[in-house]
Order: sequence, then C-alpha cells, then structure tokens
Amino acid sequence: MEKVISLNHIAHSFGVETVIKDINIEIDKGVIFGLLGPSGSGKTTLVKIITGILHPTEGSSVVQDTQMPSLKQMKNIGFMAQSDALYVELTAYENIDYFASIYGLPRSERKQRIKKVLEIVDLVKHMKKPVHTFSGGMKRRLSLAISIVHEPEILILDEPTVGIDPLLRQSIWQEFNKLKSEGTTIIVTTHVMDEAEKCDELALLHDGYVIAQGSPKDLKQSIHVDTMEQAFLHYGGGKS
Amino acid sequence: MNSISIIVRILRQFRRDKRSLALMFAAPLLVLTLMWLVLDSGDYVPEIAAVDLPDRFVEILENEAEVMSLDRHEAEDALKNQEIDAVLEWEENKPALTLEGSDPTASGAVNMALQQTLNQMNPQQEQMEPEIHYYHGSEEIKLFDNIGPVLIGFFIFFFVFIVGGVSFIRERTQGTLERSLATPLKRWEIVIGYLGGFGLFTIIQSIIIAAYSIYALDVFMAGNFLYVLLVTFLLALSALSLGTLLSAFAKNEFQMIQFIPLVIVPQVFFSGMFNLETLDPWLRAIGNIMPLTYGAEALRDIMIRGSAFGSFAVEVFVLFGFTLLFTLLNIVALKRHRKL
Repeated sequence: MEKVISLNHIAHSFGVETVIKDINIEIDKGVIFGLLGPSGSGKTTLVKIITGILHPTEGSSVVQDTQMPSLKQMKNIGFMAQSDALYVELTAYENIDYFASIYGLPRSERKQRIKKVLEIVDLVKHMKKPVHTFSGGMKRRLSLAISIVHEPEILILDEPTVGIDPLLRQSIWQEFNKLKSEGTTIIVTTHVMDEAEKCDELALLHDGYVIAQGSPKDLKQSIHVDTMEQAFLHYGGGKS
Repeated sequence: MNSISIIVRILRQFRRDKRSLALMFAAPLLVLTLMWLVLDSGDYVPEIAAVDLPDRFVEILENEAEVMSLDRHEAEDALKNQEIDAVLEWEENKPALTLEGSDPTASGAVNMALQQTLNQMNPQQEQMEPEIHYYHGSEEIKLFDNIGPVLIGFFIFFFVFIVGGVSFIRERTQGTLERSLATPLKRWEIVIGYLGGFGLFTIIQSIIIAAYSIYALDVFMAGNFLYVLLVTFLLALSALSLGTLLSAFAKNEFQMIQFIPLVIVPQVFFSGMFNLETLDPWLRAIGNIMPLTYGAEALRDIMIRGSAFGSFAVEVFVLFGFTLLFTLLNIVALKRHRKL
C-alpha cells in the first residue's frame, strides 16, 4: 500500500520537558488512523508536527514524499485543532470563506463548496449567524467544515467529536468513512475508546511513546481481551 | 495574493465589531475635544536675541529672559532653527520684535518680558508700543494650536496601537493564528494582510481626526491638508506595526495593555508636547527613537509653519523606516509559531 505519512524517530521537547520520545509511525493512503492516549500523552504535539506547524526537535516527518514542513503539502492537509479556532465576530459562512480563499479555492467554486460542507455538518440554516451565538457543538462542526472545505487528501483531526452529541457524532463518522472511500487519509486523535474502535489502525500513545500499534481487532486479540479499554489498560500498565 | 483574504476578513470583522470601530474613530475626537477645552498655559523663560540694543535695556531684559547679543544675520538664522524664541531690535526709536511664533507659551512669555522691561525703563513716561512681527503663525496661535498637531498624531498613534495590537493578540489567544499557520499562508502574507486591513481604516481615521481638528476645533492650519494625511497615515502604520510586533511578546490582552505605560506614555513626554529645552541633551535624545517624535515634528511643520514637503521629508522617511523595521521584525517574530 502507498505510504502517505511516515514519521521517523520523531522526538520533541518544549524547553526541558520532552513531550514526544522516538516515535515511528507509517500511515497508508485511505485509512482512518487513530492516535489514542490520555491527555498529556503527546497527541496534540504529534498532530502539530504532522501538519507542519511544529518542527520536531529530532527526527523527520515525510508527507507524500515531501519533507515537512512544506507549504505545498500544507495545501493538501486539512486540520481541525483541539480548540475551535474561529473568528467569533464573523458568520459561519464568512469563517469558511476566509479559509477557503487562503487555500486558493476559485471564487466560482467557493460558494458551492461552502454550501456543501455546511450541509455535511448540518449548519446550513445557521450560516448567516455570527459564531459568538453558536453552542460548543456547533463550533466544533464549523471547525470540521473548515478543515474539509478545500477537499484535502489528508485530514488531521484533534479530538473532533468532543462536545458533539451521539447522533451527530454518528453522522460525522459516516462522513469520515465516505471521505475515506474517496481516498482521503484521516488521522484522528481521541481518548474515547468506542471511537478508537472505528479506526482502521491505532497507535496507543503513553507518556510520549507509542506503546502499541495495529488494528483494533489485532490489538485486542493479541492479549485476549474484548474491549479497547482493557487493551489500553493492559498496554499502558505494562509499560509504566 | 493571500494577504487579500486577510484584508477582506479584517474588514468583515470590523463591520461586526462596531465598538472597536467607535474606539478608532470617535474616542480620539472626544479626547481631543476635552483637551481643547481644558488646556491652559504655564511659566516659561524665553530666549531672546538682542540686535544692537542699548546696554541698559539688555541689562533689564536679562532679569526677565535669557538674552544673547547677536548680529542681525546670526539672529535670523537662530530664529529659523528654533534656537531662540524671538529677535529684538531697535527701529525708529522703538523696539521691533520678531517672534518665532509656533509656540504660544514662548510667544506669550516673550511679550510679557518685553512689556516689563519697557515699564522698568520708563516708569513715568507713556508706554512705547513695540512693533511685533511673527516669523511663523500669527498672534492668533493659542496653546492648543501649538500642541494640536502633536495631539492629533498622538491619538492616532495610541488608538491604532491598541486596536491593532489587541486584534493580533486575539488571533493567538483564540487559536486562529495557529490555525492560519496550518494553511499555506506565508508569514509575511499575514503581516502584510494586517497592515492592509487596518491600513484602510487608519486612512479613514486620519481623515476624520484631522478634518475634525482643523475644521471643527479650528486648530491653526497653515499647510496642505494632504500632507497632514500623509504624515498621520504613516504614523498610524508605524503604530500598527509596532502594536502587532509587541503583541508577540504578550501572552494575553491584559499584558498587551501593560505596554501602554511602557511604550505610549514616554512618547507623550518626548514628542514635543512638553518643552524639552531644560532637559539634558542626552536625555532629549531618547525622543529620537520614538516614532511619535517624528510624526509630531512633521505635523507641526505642516500645520503651524506651513512648510513644503522638503522640510519634513526626513521625518516622513524615518516614519516609513520605522514601519519597515517593525514589519520585518514581526515577520521574524512569527517564527516562534511556525519555523517555515
């Protein structure tokens, strides 16, 4: 299978604190790859390294055969940060429009494409409202819409479904699967076990290390447990 | 160019944030009006050049002012270079006074000194009426006219600094800067976009403030209105670039506000609103690193002295240089958020 992302011996520290220690991950095209770990395990830092915002202290990250950071590859990446990075004075439509124009969507296409992503996240009837009137869940959905507006080949989502109700979570995951079937590679961080189950491949992060990697089924079978939670506790407990 | 996207976005944000708009437009007008209402003058020892005056007259005058004896040519040069406040000569048996004229405090003090000297010389006799000329301005210049140009410059600088700096820091606290840096946006495109978006507003702001001061408050205005706009616009750009640069060193809006006493207030003292003649030269030199010093000097040149472009060209280039420097530093400072 075609490798889309490869992380080689990545380590990163903020000052004296080392957050990520020697991580090696390869991600195939068209899979949903989950980064599972408790808060403080280095998920967000790792995700920022993949997007190219952070330059790792050690190691290299290669996205689609290009050494990161690369502005050219950033165009192929969609990113949804953990906190909603939105301009609260602007309407939902204007927020998407801003990012769409930065990604270079031609004006003629932009309008249709914005409508389309608003439909996906079910915000069409709120598109003219300023974002400061939005609930937490609506902001999450808007952030998601922004991350997919330029139809990226790689979609990176940092805790995408926090604060989103189960019904909408389900429909968002349906959308992930649809994007995946169109060839999009999706990387998603989570600390929710049932969400981890939905990924094709998982890396379990603990204290800056990958403590286990594989499909959810393999991870469970190799240690003879029934749930991801048990698997996580097993691997996490075994190491620390 | 991606900077255009940022400019469009900033304009839209302004449209929905009426309060910040009001801060940029209405607040300077309000404060200027208040200053205009309360201003009053203080004590000042004038410097007067004496050209061929009777010795006894000079002796008495020295009690009231700093007097130096110069020939006519030297005196004129000194007046032109603003080294002295007035030249006093003797014409047809009565004193002829030429005032520098741009500082009404100084002009008033010179007049007072002359009157008292004349009184002491001939206490009994009828008052000699001195002939008074103005090198710049006219007797109508009041204190507010003198510091008016400085105030115009100051308020533009102050409010643009605040609005620009706080907007840029909000990009960081709300995560949109990082989010924007996860796109193919280049660092310079962000900085230029900011200058462009706010720059459009500062043009409007400059027009409103300058027009209000000159036509509504009737501040003395001898020069070209377009020159005033040019200088205020450049001053605003330097404030904007300085504000966004310093916001890189603040963690939140509150820390940004803390820059006001450090960066803004000293500029008030050194920009010429207060007379710095009594200050040590090396202390006075502090003003040379402050954008407002140059903006205020250029505005005074235009509004009071009615100068042509040549006489404030240096100030214009220095302001432009400040903007360029702060902008480049800001592009480098953004490296903290993304190396590329």
